[in-house]
Amino acid sequence: MMRATPSDLPLALDGVCLRIGSTTVLDRLDLTITPGAPTLVVGPNGSGKTTLLRLCMQLVRPTEGRMSWGGRADAGQGRRAILFQKPVMLRRSAAANVCYALAQIGYPRHLRAACTHELLDRVGLADLAARPARHLSGGEQQRVALARALARQPEILLLDEPTASLDPAATLHVEEIIRTAAQSGTKIVMASHDLGQVRRLAGDVVFMVRGRVCEQATAVDFFDRPSTPEAAAFIRGDLVL
Amino acid sequence: MPESVDAWQLIAGGDATLFAIVRLSLAVSLSAVAIAVLVGLPLGALLALTRFPGRSAMIVVLNGFMGLPPVVVGLTVYLLLSRSGPLGEFGLLFTPAAMVIAQALLVLPIIAALARQTIEDLWSEYRDELTAMGVSPAGRVATLLWDSRFSLVTALLAGFGRAAAEVGTVMIVGGNIEGFTRTMTTTIALETSKGNLPLAMGLGIILIGIIIAINAAAWGLRLWSERRAG
Repeated sequence: MMRATPSDLPLALDGVCLRIGSTTVLDRLDLTITPGAPTLVVGPNGSGKTTLLRLCMQLVRPTEGRMSWGGRADAGQGRRAILFQKPVMLRRSAAANVCYALAQIGYPRHLRAACTHELLDRVGLADLAARPARHLSGGEQQRVALARALARQPEILLLDEPTASLDPAATLHVEEIIRTAAQSGTKIVMASHDLGQVRRLAGDVVFMVRGRVCEQATAVDFFDRPSTPEAAAFIRGDLVL
Repeated sequence: MPESVDAWQLIAGGDATLFAIVRLSLAVSLSAVAIAVLVGLPLGALLALTRFPGRSAMIVVLNGFMGLPPVVVGLTVYLLLSRSGPLGEFGLLFTPAAMVIAQALLVLPIIAALARQTIEDLWSEYRDELTAMGVSPAGRVATLLWDSRFSLVTALLAGFGRAAAEVGTVMIVGGNIEGFTRTMTTTIALETSKGNLPLAMGLGIILIGIIIAINAAAWGLRLWSERRAG
């Protein structure tokens, strides 16, 4: 690690609400994210998955309730990274985008080029390193952003539907990267509404509907013994509104 | 038109008076733009990235000042620099330095206002990513300035065009002294009123030529770098 930063885990939400104007985006969330297998956040559009990830990253703050990262009320500049659903590429080459993230964590200057190459190679983009990042396809940009997130050597990696714009081959590749990261000790918190993907990756599942946590269970329990009718309907493939 | 033929002869013959005037004009306007950039870019970035009471009013005033009448700026600087003015002791009135100060004041709002808009737009795009990467405030400003450099060149050009083409401020604070503070625009105004049309016309042709050449260079630079950096 580049810096001795205190752990952000467990990440706890205690009665967290988020209201924007008169809209309640998140409603009384009680949730603890602990080290271990990937946590998949599942639910229909608008259920608050993205907002939950943004809260974990401390990009927004709750209007009510308390959050804590490893017991601290302020996360500070922890070892967290987020991959947004629509990542924004800096107006530089793919390699420069990754190198920028390395610079931000204080990675030694003379090692950045090698590390950048290694990260781009990991996401299968070593050939495109010199290309302007904004000229890459959506799927390629997604993977540059994944390399950029991995560059932070995160303890918690938050992923917002990282494979939504990828084809099956690229999806498989990205899932493999995520699995490897999880096995090497990175806590994955990932939003998805692809049930196949949830089955493939999840250690436990947080099922959200309309800004509330409807169910939190291990993946096995969630799929085999859903305890709420909404979860059962969602797993069957019925439309949950 | 015999005047235009004579004008081309002056240019082609490398007329010394004419080129001394061109040199002074460029030196004054480029210096003014350089000063306006040094003050205007940080000011624009500050306005784009910070929130404070009175910010909106300041942006409105800044945008409005993009259209400042040159003669009013000239008059203000004249009063400041004249013998009895607060800065009179420096004896700058009717010198090229006074012209640089006046043009810098004229150009500053253009560069600051355009930079503010550009940086604010880019910030709304970059905010989440830069915040998530833990970029420091100084790092943010540096990143935003660097990534909007091609748009900022346009702001710089707008500023230069304004400085090179205006006649009001340099006339008032420079005094149009032959061989010392006479610029292209003041010469054109003077020579036209004297009836010396070839010189006026020659300078007009050169002035337009310079502005088009600089814009063409900037355009080329922009195309080239956008291909490289996206």
